[in-house]
Amino acid sequence: MKKIEIIVRPFKVEDVKEAVKALGVKGMTITEVKGFGRQGGHKEIYRGAEYRVDFITKIKIEIVVEAELVPEVIDAVRNSALTGKVGDGKIFVTPVEETVRIRTGETGRDAI
Amino acid sequence: MNFADTAFILICSALVMFMTPGLALFYAGMTRSKNVLGTVMQSFIMLGIMSVLWAIVGYTLAFGSDIGTLIGGFDFFALQGVGMDTVNSPASNLPHLLFMIFQCMFAVITPALITGAFAERMKFSALVVFSSLWLIFVYAPMCHWVWGGGWMAKMGALDFAGGAVVHMSSAAAALAACIYIGKRKGYGREAFIPHNLPMTLLGASILWFGWFGFNAGSALAANGVAANAFVTTHFGAAAAMLGWLLVEKIHSGKPTTLGAASGAVAGLVALTPAAGFVTPMASILIGFIGGMICYAGVLLKSVLGYDDSLDVVGIHGIGGTWGALATGLFASIGAEGLVYGHPAQFMIQLVSVIATWGYCFVVSWILLKIVDRYIGLRVSEEAEVNGLDVSEHSETGYQY
Repeated sequence: MKKIEIIVRPFKVEDVKEAVKALGVKGMTITEVKGFGRQGGHKEIYRGAEYRVDFITKIKIEIVVEAELVPEVIDAVRNSALTGKVGDGKIFVTPVEETVRIRTGETGRDAI
Repeated sequence: MNFADTAFILICSALVMFMTPGLALFYAGMTRSKNVLGTVMQSFIMLGIMSVLWAIVGYTLAFGSDIGTLIGGFDFFALQGVGMDTVNSPASNLPHLLFMIFQCMFAVITPALITGAFAERMKFSALVVFSSLWLIFVYAPMCHWVWGGGWMAKMGALDFAGGAVVHMSSAAAALAACIYIGKRKGYGREAFIPHNLPMTLLGASILWFGWFGFNAGSALAANGVAANAFVTTHFGAAAAMLGWLLVEKIHSGKPTTLGAASGAVAGLVALTPAAGFVTPMASILIGFIGGMICYAGVLLKSVLGYDDSLDVVGIHGIGGTWGALATGLFASIGAEGLVYGHPAQFMIQLVSVIATWGYCFVVSWILLKIVDRYIGLRVSEEAEVNGLDVSEHSETGYQY
């Protein structure tokens, strides 16, 4: 099992959700996060004084899937979250040791 | 007694009262969220303290019988002799009580204006004591000089609704206070970004609405002068918004909502001394220039290095000064300014500006020193970092 952590532009969340649902992914968790990458921040101006805001709001999506599904999910996310401009986000894949469904006690692949 | 005038000034008094909570929102939106209640409270408390003080001692010092053109006597102490008829009333068409309460609303909002300079770092207890002393030693004398038959009135200084009494006096105190108290922790290194600009816009809108009572009501009658003051106030604010946004667009690239709100308030300030003395076209000019000058005024603090948190000096000080001088330039109703061939009026205005700034700055400084000595003006560093909401009032504005 793998966890796929995806950082995307807020307005792309719906597209990503639809794309990965189409692959049979049954659940996801999203969080509003702030950060910066190569895109950097943006400028805000209050009464003529400029402030640099380094941390930009993005959405982090977390999905846990079986290992063999990972390449398809990555493709689907890339296709749905792409605008081609700097700041489109990142995808991280990490191993997951165990999954437990709290209601039934099922584990592993059955619990995803 | 004139019943139409009485009805009109009753409503104007209520309009001016509404400016203080409006100011509270205008200011609070510009602070960080941890100081929203502390900032609101600094204005709102004035409705309590200043009203009571005004009734007991403030009104008589401002409008009691003149002592050496400097201060009023104690003949109206605790409102004795201030009744439902026009006996002793400075406005012979209005009940004395009505004139007193209309003036009370001005005495409430003026100390509240100062609080923008030291927002996010002053002790509430110190604020209460400082503002009370300030009403007695700065506001009441200023009010007497200009409207109570004092030396500025005798000299012929024009101040229709309080350019000197309200705006310059509070700005001079604000300048003294923000220099005396010092900068906020982290000032210049971290960004102090307004936490709720819609709140600031709402506050500015309430100020604009209430200002019709402030300026038109200062005619003290439901007549043509009041109508003119209403119109010049509105056009002044409108033009100042445009002036501010024009300079802002040129200087920093985009017209901002905070700029629109600030520009409007700057215009209202600039028109305050002039409202009843100038034509609508002159008010557009005064407002437009006022908006541009006040934009420059708020940039002044980074040049001179003081932390006037919410730009009281930049807007009320610069705007009020410009308005007072502009009255000496463009007055054409009931008095004539430089443009209409009377340069002497401009010189009188100049003297009143210098005297107001000088007196209010020095006395405010002395009062700050006294309060600092016995109470301490500034909250502890930890309290400042935690925010005034929790540290001074044990509340938080928002539950996330």
